[in-house]
Amino acid sequence: MSDLTTTDAAELGRLLSGGEVSAVEVTRSYLDRIEAEDDAIGAYLHVDGEAALRTAERVDAARAGGTATGPLAGIPLALKDVVVTEGVPTTSGSKILEGWRPPYDATLAARLKNAGTVLLGKTNMDEFAMGSSTENSAYRVTRNPWDHDRIPGGSSGGSSAAVAGGLAPWAIGTDTGGSIRQPAAVTGLVGHKPTYGSVSRYGLIAFSSSLDQAGPMTRTVLDAALLHEAIAGHDPLDSTSIASPVPVLAEAARRGAEGGLSGLRVGVVTELGGEGHTDGYDEGVLARVAEAVALLESLGAEVRHVSCPAFDLALPAYYLIAPSEASSNLARFDGVRYGLRVGDDGDRDLDEVMALTREQGFGPEVKRRIILGTYALSSGYYDAYYGQAQKVRTLITRDFTSAWDDVDVLVSPTSPTVAWPVGARVDDPIAMYAADLCTLPASLAGVPAISVPCGLSEGLPVGFQIMAPALADDRCYKVAAALEAAQDAARGSRFLDQLTARPAGSAA
Amino acid sequence: MSTPSRKDRLTRDEVAHLAHLARLAVTDEELDLFAGQLGAVLDAVAQVGGADVADVPPTTHAVPMTNVFREDVARPSLPREAVLAGAPAAEDGRIRVPRILGEEA
Repeated sequence: MSDLTTTDAAELGRLLSGGEVSAVEVTRSYLDRIEAEDDAIGAYLHVDGEAALRTAERVDAARAGGTATGPLAGIPLALKDVVVTEGVPTTSGSKILEGWRPPYDATLAARLKNAGTVLLGKTNMDEFAMGSSTENSAYRVTRNPWDHDRIPGGSSGGSSAAVAGGLAPWAIGTDTGGSIRQPAAVTGLVGHKPTYGSVSRYGLIAFSSSLDQAGPMTRTVLDAALLHEAIAGHDPLDSTSIASPVPVLAEAARRGAEGGLSGLRVGVVTELGGEGHTDGYDEGVLARVAEAVALLESLGAEVRHVSCPAFDLALPAYYLIAPSEASSNLARFDGVRYGLRVGDDGDRDLDEVMALTREQGFGPEVKRRIILGTYALSSGYYDAYYGQAQKVRTLITRDFTSAWDDVDVLVSPTSPTVAWPVGARVDDPIAMYAADLCTLPASLAGVPAISVPCGLSEGLPVGFQIMAPALADDRCYKVAAALEAAQDAARGSRFLDQLTARPAGSAA
Repeated sequence: MSTPSRKDRLTRDEVAHLAHLARLAVTDEELDLFAGQLGAVLDAVAQVGGADVADVPPTTHAVPMTNVFREDVARPSLPREAVLAGAPAAEDGRIRVPRILGEEA
């Protein structure tokens, strides 16, 4: 049998359902690999092998006893540490929550638990999901499995490194401005940010509530669709949850992989790496994206160029809106109800204890964003900054809306560059923020967007982004699957097989 | 409404004031670092001021939504022990908080 840790999740599900492997075997092979390799990769913040094996044993027993188990039962899974998990340490990458064991499950964690998935552990992330390299984690550095001297993207960099590195078959990430798509792109994974409101935010530690969405990070488009279907759907515990049926996504992925794309209208966004907008983009990234567009055309898609002028302002608007919402959301970390408390000597009052707790508990990027958000929301500046940014957000949505008159999907690079060296951008927030340039418009408009691998540049993965209208997530999957299938056919192997085939930790 | 000019860089004192408002006991080194970095970030984000947004309404929700209501039904809350287990300090079945009043109050 081929190595279980390079098998995709859909195939693992088939092997498990057919009784060809047990959940314990699959879980043990992942735990062994985590034990052997995670010191070098740094993907996980918490792994509980015994708990994982107990869950796997229960699934095997249920299956042997003929008790109905679902298609995902027994498949291991990693969750980004922003997802609250009952009794399992949850830190959001921050010292302020060190040692906290939540008393409840996030809705998506509960759904995946009920589906019989086996939780391997919680993955590293930029503190409170603020960052694009996972270097803002308070705990450890995470390495890109393609080249250990480079970043795995962020903020869901633990999830991307785990899945690309064979330390989890798939994982959940969250995306506020690109935190699923960019790490997926730079590690050669598929990552999808669902339509805002289509996956419950209940139990996700909030960063920017009008933008945060959880979604799948996987080795194939079909895996992403399957995992997305498992977490999607209305949740009365999230008041922004959309009350509509769970979309049919796996079927869209299967259809996309089989058929052509005739009749599909694809818009290439000029402002995202197009003519006159190539500053800051790697030539290799633009070349791979152009090849992917040509491939879509060869599959029957009709390609045109679309201008979305307001996208130029997505980055400044985002870096006002997200820090503003963060400064408000993070007020809950007051050292009173959970997490860290510093300086409570009976003499200092609540204000002083709170300020000392937050000073010690938060890292520099979180402090920067809280201060920036406090400024943008403060009297006298609100209209010029936060208010103006929310109006620019409307302009971005309008650009999308008019584009949908002419095209079915919009495409672009997922990120302007390939993975950069660890440390290269840590002292330069603006350079770090630029990694989100292409992912921010879909975040601000709340529309779905997927990143799918489209080749290598400098021996490192390049991501191709496909954006679709709200609730048309199935289009992302269909087009991504068509692209993936055509590339796999041309290559004769899956994208990640290129990583497995090379010596560990070295770029080609 | 005026767009703050780019000369309105955040001073060290302003950063200290904002940090106080946000209950962050920042150090002197952080003040030096953040004042410079936040100045650069503010320069970048101030570009929104150049957008023509006359008559453009602000976005409050990415997806159109009206108010969401539910029946006002009491549901069990989390068990007290589970909640107190996560609190930094507990006493007599309650969360113990730092002093909230001054000596003279």
